[in-house]
Amino acid sequence: MAKFLLPLLLALAASLAYAGEAAPATADPVLEARMARITAELRCLVCQNQTIADSQSGLATDLRQQVREMLQRGDSEQQIIEFMTARYGDFVLYRPPVRSSTLLLWFGPALLLVASITTLVLVLRRRSKLADDQFEPDPEPPEAR
Amino acid sequence: MKKYLRYLIPLVIFLALVGFLAAGLKLDPKEVPSPLIGKPAPGFALTRLDQPTLTIRREDLLGQVWMLNVWASWCTACREEHPVLLDFAKRRLVPVYGLNYKDQRSAGLRWLANYGDPYETSLFDPDGRVGIDWGVYGVPETFVIDRAGVVRYKHIGALTPEVIRERIEPLLRQLHG
Repeated sequence: MAKFLLPLLLALAASLAYAGEAAPATADPVLEARMARITAELRCLVCQNQTIADSQSGLATDLRQQVREMLQRGDSEQQIIEFMTARYGDFVLYRPPVRSSTLLLWFGPALLLVASITTLVLVLRRRSKLADDQFEPDPEPPEAR
Repeated sequence: MKKYLRYLIPLVIFLALVGFLAAGLKLDPKEVPSPLIGKPAPGFALTRLDQPTLTIRREDLLGQVWMLNVWASWCTACREEHPVLLDFAKRRLVPVYGLNYKDQRSAGLRWLANYGDPYETSLFDPDGRVGIDWGVYGVPETFVIDRAGVVRYKHIGALTPEVIRERIEPLLRQLHG
């Protein structure tokens, strides 16, 4: 019995310790989840490869608090995103809006893919029409033993 | 001729790529263009760093060209910038206001006493709320605001004599003009 009880107790203790560490900053888990979802879409300007949700920088902490307060006031996600872009520009958005200056960013990869497939098809077609003597002969097969 | 072309095309593509990469090296990803340029300066009502009972508002500064320099006693780049700013303020081209960002009053005042005070006065923003409204993310930052209260220029990072000479002075001449 003790054999089973000890690991069980340890697991319980571990989960309790974890819960203690990750205490949400507000009592409302729904609000906290919304805050996390919104800030995961926003780039932290201090450490630019992190989201505001992930970053430990002072500014990111302040901005998370800002989002929390805006949600408590009943602001919509759209309003929060507008608040951020009004201050920090489109740069804060991990998914920049589609507009004329970002067209190449959004559709460039697809364009490259189409262009390269077209090139490949054209080259292969042309080669398939060439006579055999246009190609280098295959290397001699290794001599049979 | 066709034979040459075969070797030339990859070379041209390679050179174009090198060109793009070289241009990319020169860009500083830390310098994010501010959406505030050309827009009315964000409102604020903050106490003076040295006078906790006196409040200064955005409206108080309308009608003049002024400069806002965001600083903090914990900011090492501000130390580096400070002599440049002191020199600039001494020439009295424009009133320079400080925004003491996420600092403590005593620490901020001590910093000014130790290193010199180039500011008309400093506004005290202990929780960084006004900083957020101004889109501050890397102290020091410097803004130039025109008579109508519109933000005309923003510099991120320490001011250098070159930035003052080549960007700020021409702008001030134009705004005062």
